[in-house]
Formats: sequence, structure tokens, C-alpha cells
Amino acid sequence: MTLLGLQVATAASEPSCYSRAVNDWVCGAYLADRRQQLVEATIEHLWITTAAVLLGVAIAFPLALLARRQPRLEGLVLGVSTGLYTIPSLALFPLLVPFTGISATTVVIGLAAYALTILVRSMLEGLRSVPADVRESATGLGYSPTSLLFRIELPLALPVIMAGLRIATVSTVALTTVGALVAHGGLGNLIQDGVFSNFRAELLAACVLCVLLALLLDVLLVLTQRLLTPWTRGGAAA
Amino acid sequence: MNVFVDTWDYLFDGANWGGSGGMWRLLVQQLLITVTALVAAMAVGLPVALWLGHLGRGGFLAINISNVGRAIPTFALLALLVTLDWPGVTTFGPYGRAGIATLLALTAFALPPIITNSYVAVTEVAAEVKESARGMGMTSWQQFSRVELPLALPLVAAGVRLALVQVWATATIAALVAGPGLGRVITDGFYNSYYGKGIAGAVVVALVALVLELLAALGQRLVHPLPRAAVRRTDDSMPAPG
Repeated sequence: MTLLGLQVATAASEPSCYSRAVNDWVCGAYLADRRQQLVEATIEHLWITTAAVLLGVAIAFPLALLARRQPRLEGLVLGVSTGLYTIPSLALFPLLVPFTGISATTVVIGLAAYALTILVRSMLEGLRSVPADVRESATGLGYSPTSLLFRIELPLALPVIMAGLRIATVSTVALTTVGALVAHGGLGNLIQDGVFSNFRAELLAACVLCVLLALLLDVLLVLTQRLLTPWTRGGAAA
Repeated sequence: MNVFVDTWDYLFDGANWGGSGGMWRLLVQQLLITVTALVAAMAVGLPVALWLGHLGRGGFLAINISNVGRAIPTFALLALLVTLDWPGVTTFGPYGRAGIATLLALTAFALPPIITNSYVAVTEVAAEVKESARGMGMTSWQQFSRVELPLALPLVAAGVRLALVQVWATATIAALVAGPGLGRVITDGFYNSYYGKGIAGAVVVALVALVLELLAALGQRLVHPLPRAAVRRTDDSMPAPG
């Protein structure tokens, strides 16, 4: 205690709340001084997450269609995407490095692979949830397979697909932090730096921002779903 | 590619496996942590979730715990626990440095799949079966222990199995805060630009994950009351990997 007092006393001016001697968990001065850094990390986090989820959707959609059309392929598609899930994230990024190097691409591809598992499953389930008689009526009305898919099946499957998309997005936000291993983890970089330099204000700020980002994206997805599926609003929300 | 040659060499060099910092020791360390965290999560989560499922209430709670759990990065939780003064333990027996923090973070991580699956498992036991049990004059406890629990067991086991593999995989994250386990091989390799070593660590972790998955699948089959009957898995059986 006396040592701490001495250090504070010897500092010429009032030490800021994120100096070595004080090291507060919550520190307004830190937030003000390092705003630039925090904003940049958050933006990086956001775009890595978005790119990964979009890439996941782009790959999952054709896979889900393929799996639905060829029941034999279904086991293979689900098996491979579930197999990817058993690879730890800390291991997946290193495994990708020989191909993509130490770059954000590595993180995006790795995260997309994880999102894929959840997305393929939910898309398949969603498309299956469309009642057969609805499909039959649409065919009877003269819908071509393509317009049947885009105008009848997809809208009806949307609640289930969106549920999967929400899970995929929230877990991708959380997983992006592990990208700190290859120096592209968005807020994860700050968390790691906070641990190694025992910098509490930075650590807590990054953790809180990360959770907030996940919740924000989740809310955005729920709102999007409401807008896209106005007919579900009357009954129980999906 | 040179990196793969390095990886191969690292994996098949006995010196890298033995010794105090060798991979065997780290592997055992990580298994120990995984099992302890899983047992702790089961001890906390199973009684609560099963009983809530029996009462048919609290589903909101179970699902929400699962959702919030997803939003909190395990890495962030681990980092906070390591930096906190409490539990400020630098060494924790066989669990090594940062052991307690890792255990707590992993236990928290294992809870959502265990709680959600167990709750759903008990609530999904067919209503007419529950009713017949009551009609036969079983007490609430008898209904739970003799009817609901055996029928729910496969799905409960599915949740535990999922948690096991995920906890094992996630345990590697401990290395990001200089904790125990095989993750250290991965991070060491990377921070020192010795990619062969990093990839070798990743390969070992992934292989053990597969072995655990197979063993767990075997165990799950053993607890099945009706052999080879279809076991429905819930939508929620896919929470976040670490």
C-alpha cells in the first residue's frame, strides 16, 4: 500500500485512471484517449464478422439446395460441415495459414466454415418446413421450379433460416476474437493485449464492446426478419 | 510446401512429446481440464435443467441462458477471469497457471448445451406416457426417476457429448492467456514463426477431438434404453465453438 501511495505521490500530475499504479477496470479517460483504436478494432471486428457470415450464406445456400435435391448427398454435406465443427478455432486458423497467410482472409474463411454448419442445417430444415400442399398448389398454379423456390419456399422458410442466421452471427462475433492469434481478431486483439499487459480498462472495454456488437447484430437481424415476414407478426413470433 | 514437412517432422520427433513441456503432458493437462469442467457443468446444470423440465417450467430461462452464453466470447470471459484479482491463483495443482480461470470459463461454456438439451429432453417425453405414469399412482418423484429420466437419457447424453467435444476444442483458447493445454503448442509455434509446430499442435487437437467424439458417440449408444431407435436432436444442439 505504501509503495502504491509513493508511486502516486511521485507522479508529478494526477495519474490517469489507466496508469500502471491505478489500473481501473472502468476508465473514461482511456475511452477518450484511445477512441480511435477502439473504433478501428470494432470496425475490423464488424467487417470480419459480416464477411464471414455472408461467405457462409453464399456457400451454404447452394449446398442446402444440393442436399435437398440429392438425399444421398445430404449425409455427406451434413457430415462434412459437422466435421469442420469439431476442429477447434484455435487450430483452424493455424491450419489455414499455409494457404492464406497471416491475414484477415484466414480469419474470414475459418469463421465462414463454422457458420456453414449452422447455416446449412437451418436452411435444410427451413425448406423442409414448407408444407407439401403449399408446394403442390404453387406448382398447380404454374410456378416454375425457380419461382417456386424464390417466391414460395424461401419466404415460408425464412423464419427458420433467420433463426439459424442469428445463431451463426452471434457465435461468429464471439469467435472473431480468437482471430487475435493471427493478429486479425478485431476486438480480440485488444483483449489479448489487455491480458498480456495487464491493462484492465482496455480488456473490459473490448469485452463489453464485443458483447454489445453481438447483441446489436442480433437485434438488427430480428428487425430485418420482422420487415421481411410481416405475415408472422400476428401470431407467435418465430 | 515446407510447412508441412516441418509439421511432419515435429509430430514424429519423440523429443517433442516427452518431458515437462512435451505434448503428452499438455495433452493430459487439457484432458484433465476438459473432464473437470464437464463434470462441474453437469453437476450444476443437470439437476436444475432436469427438474425444471419435469415441472415443465423455466424453458424461457434455459433458452436465454443458452443465447446469452453464445454472445459472450469464451476468450473474453477467460481474459477477464485471468486479470481479476479473484480468483487470483497463479498455480492450481495439476491444472497449471491460470488453471482456475480456465476451469470457470470452460464450465460456463459447457452449461448452455447441457442445460438446453436436458430441459428439452424431459419436456419432450410424450405427454401420454407421463399421464399413464400419473394414472398408475406414481408420485412426482417416481414419475421423474422411473419414467421421464430413462426416456430423456439419450437426448441428455447428446447434450453432454456435444459439450465434451466443444469444451475440449475450446480448452485450447487457454493458451491465449498463457494457460495450460495443447493450445500452447499452437500459440508458441505461431508467435515464434515456427508454423510447423503450430500446425502440429492443431493436428493433434483436431485428432483428439475426433477420438473424443467417437468415444462419446459410443457412450451415448450405451445409455439408450431402446436400441437403435431414432433420437431426435434439438435445433439448439449446435451452440458456439470456442
